[in-house]
Amino acid sequence: MLAHRQQKLAIVLFIIFGSALAIGLVLFALKEGINVFYTPTEISAGEVGQGQSFRVGGMVKMGSLVKEGLEGAEVNFLATDFCNDVLVSYTGPLPDLFREGQGVVADGSLDNAGTFKATQILAKHDENYMSAEVKASLDAAESASIEVCHQ
Amino acid sequence: MIPELGNFSLVLALSLACLLSVLPMVGVYRNNPMLMTLSRPLCSGIWVFMVISFACLAWAFLHDDFSVAYVARNSNTLLPWYYKFTAVWGGHEGSLLLWVLMVASWTYAVSLFSRNLPLDILARVLAVMGIISVCFLIFMLLTSNPFDRLMLNTPAEGTDLNPLLQDFGLIVHPPFLYMGYVGFSVAYAFAITALLTGKLDAAWARWTRPWTNIAWAFLSIGIALGSWWAYYELGWGGWWFWDPVENVAFMPWLVGTALIHSLAVTEKRGVFKSWTVLLAIAAFSLSLLGTFIVRSGLLTSVHAFAVDPERGLVLLTILLLVIGASLFLYALRAPVVKGNASYTVTSREVFLLINNILLVVATAGILLGTLYPLIHAAINGEDQPVSVGAPYFNTIFLPLMGILVAFLTVGSISRWKKTSLSYLKKQLLKVAVASVALGILVPLIVTREVNIGIFVAVTLAFWIVFGIARDIQVKTSNKESLLQGLKSLSLSYCGMQIAHFGMAVIILGICLTSHYSEERDVRLAPGESIEIGSYEFIFEGVSPIQGPNYTADAGEITVLKNGKSYLTLTPEKRTYRATGSVQTEADIDVGFFRDLFAALGDPRGDGAWVVRIHMKPFVFWIWLGAFLMAAGGFTAILDKRYRVKEVKTEKEPVSQADAAINTAPDLAGETG
Repeated sequence: MLAHRQQKLAIVLFIIFGSALAIGLVLFALKEGINVFYTPTEISAGEVGQGQSFRVGGMVKMGSLVKEGLEGAEVNFLATDFCNDVLVSYTGPLPDLFREGQGVVADGSLDNAGTFKATQILAKHDENYMSAEVKASLDAAESASIEVCHQ
Repeated sequence: MIPELGNFSLVLALSLACLLSVLPMVGVYRNNPMLMTLSRPLCSGIWVFMVISFACLAWAFLHDDFSVAYVARNSNTLLPWYYKFTAVWGGHEGSLLLWVLMVASWTYAVSLFSRNLPLDILARVLAVMGIISVCFLIFMLLTSNPFDRLMLNTPAEGTDLNPLLQDFGLIVHPPFLYMGYVGFSVAYAFAITALLTGKLDAAWARWTRPWTNIAWAFLSIGIALGSWWAYYELGWGGWWFWDPVENVAFMPWLVGTALIHSLAVTEKRGVFKSWTVLLAIAAFSLSLLGTFIVRSGLLTSVHAFAVDPERGLVLLTILLLVIGASLFLYALRAPVVKGNASYTVTSREVFLLINNILLVVATAGILLGTLYPLIHAAINGEDQPVSVGAPYFNTIFLPLMGILVAFLTVGSISRWKKTSLSYLKKQLLKVAVASVALGILVPLIVTREVNIGIFVAVTLAFWIVFGIARDIQVKTSNKESLLQGLKSLSLSYCGMQIAHFGMAVIILGICLTSHYSEERDVRLAPGESIEIGSYEFIFEGVSPIQGPNYTADAGEITVLKNGKSYLTLTPEKRTYRATGSVQTEADIDVGFFRDLFAALGDPRGDGAWVVRIHMKPFVFWIWLGAFLMAAGGFTAILDKRYRVKEVKTEKEPVSQADAAINTAPDLAGETG
């Protein structure tokens, strides 16, 4: 029967079309949508290129937060893994739980001068509940710092 | 005493649920009507004991019974009474209790409103729902009992409810979301029943459709409320973050949407049967996956509060059991429920198939993105964590939805079985021309520029709206007057068009907000101002205020419109006394065409603050559209045929697809 064959053909074609579309989109999207996490030590070692967008995690170094004397809503602080620091610059309101001496994770990229230009700052979400990712990032930062500092 | 009563009720509910999952099934296979009939009273019993249990926990909260560990962790004497009540579902144990209460309520509702269902079918459906209740009651009693006591050192004061949850949005968001999540368990139970009986006919689809619609509508509202809450309570003016927890609520919704459409085909034409069953299984499995991901803290999320890996393991077991058992059953029985009607390439069946493929592909893409950090960690080790951001999800999701909407109008105007291309051309050519023209003209007139994103979105929105108008015109053309024609349209048809109209509203809302929002993060000293469009925002300064359980810095921002005094926004920075946690409370002037949003950032010396100010045009339309969709779902279930014809099909056993065609004519001829 013609109709029956047409029907089967339609289903097969759509499945092929659908999966091709899906695979294509996923491959394309994965390229631009993924942020890899680096520690300040890895950044100092030059593992990240300029302009590449990534995520950095560590502690906000005590006494490093500069809020005044900058342009507009800009802030600067040092993210540290107790071995190396990276200067982070961010324009906008800081999260409620952003503190010196506390964990921080920032999304962004490095500029020419090696400053990390953050597009987003993530801090601990709540006093009692630390985001698993921030915690994992901080753990990663800590273990990395111990490794490097021992060398 | 009262908490023990609650605990005791839980155990009783579990015992009854065990009976419910076994006795009716035994009745079915022994052909014992008495055992089958037992399912109804068992359902009411489970429901009553779940309500008692829930009431006991609420009582413990309202009376500050901090000897109950869960109350001590999630409440505080300073908390206003309404937040004490909603704190019942503010943490893991309580939200699980709400979850199970919802399962019990849905089960009870099925037993109440399915009087027309053949007894053996009803017995199977309720037994499957009983099994779900058993799983979650055991899980709750063993790993997360909300009534656990702190007998030795009862604290004098509770820890407090997370300030983020002290909010109206959180009073209503979880119940709606859970109603939707859990509601898919009904479709799931019907699907399992269909596999068990091997009977999947038009009548089956007609029983399943209203339950699926209502669950889907609740889930739509739940997701919309969650997005609205994130918009004003998380403080930063975004309304969708592609956060794992948002994604896991969105995936069952997408699959549920596909299910609604494939159920329509199964009911009207008797095809896509095994596909429909698979979708019903998938929708509920994804709901369970959502519960698992949120509760296990497996993925990072703004919603991932206190988490416990051990609970995750038990949940994962339940999840794998449900998915594994149902897919096994599916593999065994799916060939039995095969459809045999025929259709051609340009029929409504095929357009709905496209709808289904696109929705499922979108879901798969989101699932992959959501789980990718786990996959990456499994392959590359834990030391280089990755995260998947919004660009990935937008790249996957938006093009697929664009294609989906392009087919939406074609699908709803086409006919079952066979639609000639010339018919489609005749119906849709003007619609296409008009929507493309408006897609160019509207942005040109409003902003004097057009970009491709705006053009596509506006065109698609008008494509839907004009398509609806055209379709209604066609359907009512043979009536004497338009009014009479409108009256003759069936409620399920109206529901469909309302939901599709809601889709157009959402598209406009999302597109216009994303493109035309003005967002400023500025440092403002008292007296300084910024201008956005015709609005001027003057920062008057910050003063301390006292709330019931917090102190706050309240900012005052005077807004001028075209130089004239317009309104005052008072965003707050709250510090909650019990925990000392800080919470940004945005102030939003909600409007039909634009929202004005102000939030306080952090102080920057000399009384100056970083202030976030947004002017967001049409953002309200996003939630309006979602509510229209839900309204469409609710309208559709009011259709008469879900009540009248059930009686008929019960008496004459429907023989597969032929009967499906006879009992359910083309929508075009369906006059209610």
